[in-house]
Amino acid sequence: MKADFITTKLDYVLGWARKFSLFQYPFVTACCGMEYMAAACAHFDIDRFGAGLTRFSPRQADLLLVVGTVTQKLAPVLRKIYDQMTEPKWVIAIGACAVSGGIYNNYAVVQGIDKIIPVDVYIPGCPPRPEAILDALIKLQNKIQNQPQAWKWREKLGK
Amino acid sequence: MERETRKMKESKTIKILKEKFPKDILKFSAPFGDETLLIKKDSLIKIMKFLKENPELGYSLLLDITCVDYLGEKPRFELIYHIYSFRLNHRLRIKTRIDEKNPITESVISLWKNANWLEREVYDMFGIKFKNHPDLRRILMYDEFEGYPLRKDYPLRKRQPRLPGLE
Repeated sequence: MKADFITTKLDYVLGWARKFSLFQYPFVTACCGMEYMAAACAHFDIDRFGAGLTRFSPRQADLLLVVGTVTQKLAPVLRKIYDQMTEPKWVIAIGACAVSGGIYNNYAVVQGIDKIIPVDVYIPGCPPRPEAILDALIKLQNKIQNQPQAWKWREKLGK
Repeated sequence: MERETRKMKESKTIKILKEKFPKDILKFSAPFGDETLLIKKDSLIKIMKFLKENPELGYSLLLDITCVDYLGEKPRFELIYHIYSFRLNHRLRIKTRIDEKNPITESVISLWKNANWLEREVYDMFGIKFKNHPDLRRILMYDEFEGYPLRKDYPLRKRQPRLPGLE
């Protein structure tokens, strides 16, 4: 019999589709941005992993990259941007400052963006190399693939 | 500070100033060759105006205003002005001490317009108020911030998160 159909789980297909079409919103505030730019451009080429389309509007993005230091003054802005993104959405904290405040343990700097928004993957380093950013992206893809997907019929079924 | 004072000739500016304001100048030093004058707080505007408007001197550029908190000393704060004369190609540092109980001094905006933001920064970080400043608000920190973070008695670990429920 000619096999022109496949059987799979809806969760699996949704995860597969979502992990390879991440639209990213880069929230770049500091020097880690240079490493992110290197990762995004041709030499390291983040597009190989399906995350090549950068959107400069949070409403069109589903991956928030927080790249660099976030101050207390900036915290409401970051929160607003996260809230504007549509579900499903993921967050990567790139660099020591975004992860924990880094070297800035003082009155002005938020001690890690997980104080403001939930974070999926943390990348340490000051700054992290582009390979580390790609590695984090692959880790996030694995997470997306294996997590229960949010979809409309799931709510209808009440599961 | 005196340990590095070189045995150099006093510049023209210092000679003129010492002649003109003998009672207002408390101390002269030249650490690393940078001539520094400690003056009385009340004669700040008088001396600054003279430095800027005297045709021989012409200190037309205000480079920076900053402050140091010498906690425990009296008076506690030291306000520092860096000014520059194109005519003489000379840099001058003017210092004045400010008391903790009444941290207020005259603004120099009437002489140099860029003092506006510099004085706002000193106000933001040290809480020193400037008389006759047109717009004395915080410049770096947000308006809800309490206290002055660069004062030595501001707690190192104190956090004032702007979003409620943080930290």
